[in-house]
Amino acid sequence: MDFGNDLDFLDQPEFGEPDFFTKAPIELMGPTLGLDIHQNEADFEEADINEDIGEIKSEGFCFKLAPDECPSEFARSLKHLGPKLADFKHGTTTLAFEYQDGIIVAVDARATQGAFIASNKVRKVIEINEYLLGTMAGGAADCQFWERYLAMQCRIYELRNSEKISIAAASKILADICYSYRGYGLSMGTMVAGSDLKKGAQLFYVDNDATRVRGQLFSVGSGSPFAYGVLDTNYKWDLTTEEAIALGIRAISSATHKDSASGGVVRVYHVNNQGGWTKIHDQLDVNEDHYKFENSKGLRGDGKEGFGKLKL
Amino acid sequence: MSKMDFHAKLAGNIFKIDNDDTEKAPAMERGFNPYVTNEGTVAAVAGKDFCKVVGDTRCSLGYTILSRDLSKITKLTDKVVVATAGMRADAIALHKVLLTRIKTYKAKFHKYPDIDVIARMLGNTLYGRRFFPYYTFNLLCGINSEGEGAIYGYDAVGSYDRVNCGAMGSGSELIVPILDNQIKDHNVLEPEAPSDTEIVENVLRDSMHAAAERDIYTGDGLEMFTIDKDGIRFEKEPLRRD
Repeated sequence: MDFGNDLDFLDQPEFGEPDFFTKAPIELMGPTLGLDIHQNEADFEEADINEDIGEIKSEGFCFKLAPDECPSEFARSLKHLGPKLADFKHGTTTLAFEYQDGIIVAVDARATQGAFIASNKVRKVIEINEYLLGTMAGGAADCQFWERYLAMQCRIYELRNSEKISIAAASKILADICYSYRGYGLSMGTMVAGSDLKKGAQLFYVDNDATRVRGQLFSVGSGSPFAYGVLDTNYKWDLTTEEAIALGIRAISSATHKDSASGGVVRVYHVNNQGGWTKIHDQLDVNEDHYKFENSKGLRGDGKEGFGKLKL
Repeated sequence: MSKMDFHAKLAGNIFKIDNDDTEKAPAMERGFNPYVTNEGTVAAVAGKDFCKVVGDTRCSLGYTILSRDLSKITKLTDKVVVATAGMRADAIALHKVLLTRIKTYKAKFHKYPDIDVIARMLGNTLYGRRFFPYYTFNLLCGINSEGEGAIYGYDAVGSYDRVNCGAMGSGSELIVPILDNQIKDHNVLEPEAPSDTEIVENVLRDSMHAAAERDIYTGDGLEMFTIDKDGIRFEKEPLRRD
């Protein structure tokens, strides 16, 4: 890396004193996340990955790269470089499905670092704006940051074109980002659910390989096989909203029961066909759900069936 | 073996300092690893109208103690402090970046940023190094514009969420269960924020003493910051020095 004369400030005797630092070039202090992004059309070009200079300039951001022979390999192998450095939430169950009256999005809330439960109340549904929702699986920071960025791009689209962006276009923005950072170790498995007045509610799956598919029913994360089992058994297009919500809760609860990397609480959102979404349940304890479901089947639910009725 | 090499080996670090070919570093997957962990522990609890943050002052490298009096907590504004566990070099660099960006904000908008603004700023700063991360684990603590205690917890690459209590660093696995039980009323997911400063202070102090008892990277000194409407107060007391 050659910063030319910019690094002269390092040699000055007062370097490091609090007052001194205001004089240091701000570009060196962090990414340039100013308000002046996208001042001209040329900024819309693809990510400018310059490994010689050690940075990726893209969309008004500047991501520093490691001063290594192969920065992308460095970025890919972060999890071997330091413990907890890239401890991504792989343990997750998220699901979303289309039905006649919109989309139900349901997620668990557990974050694990190895076997340690870091949190049982993570927000895995990201409220992008008033008509778009994104779910979070994989790297929490990647999903949070880029879906926040997607919110910004959607607003810019509205201001430029005086109309709301379509769900297809919005999910494509996210997929394009994934494509331009391929090989740099981004980790995200997200479902973009949204609603516009032209086409109603639509559901897209986008992941870090830049896969982008439209579909009616998706589940992502380590608990997804269990969730699919419940969903595929009970799913119908003609579900009422109440039934659809119950199915979402049921699928997540069952997945959290069998998958120890998922758990905590269930959060449920409903995307309607009229261009908006509502939060249905902010937090339902999956432990309580488990006993409710088992009792409704006439079971005790504590693993001791045949020992008589459970005394609560 | 030189002293630096000794430290490097202790820390499991493969970045060799001199070019002595007779002594090969252990086979590793990668040649370049700039990361070491100096760990230590920080913890914080937010109350209705206050916020208390504690951190130890030990800085270790492997089994060696480099310093017994190195602060992990930096005051950012009159209402906000940042507490950082992980790699000291990155933490110091990150705190300087934050102070700089807050000064820039002050110059631009003629006011100091609120804690939610700094929270986003810290998240973006960390994500700006997504491909060459700061090896730091942060708790941003203070009071928000409504005067409520607020804590934001981060991972190394800038994912964050507001929490009502939290712990970071090598002792966090020991402290988090204590906070769950004493602050969160055990299994209650949305508890009422604690209003009694004395209870919070005692829980935090006991947690740090517990961590110093069982974690080799925690000890020597305890710093406690209290942030409320009157500003930031700072106390220091000893922890186990063994």
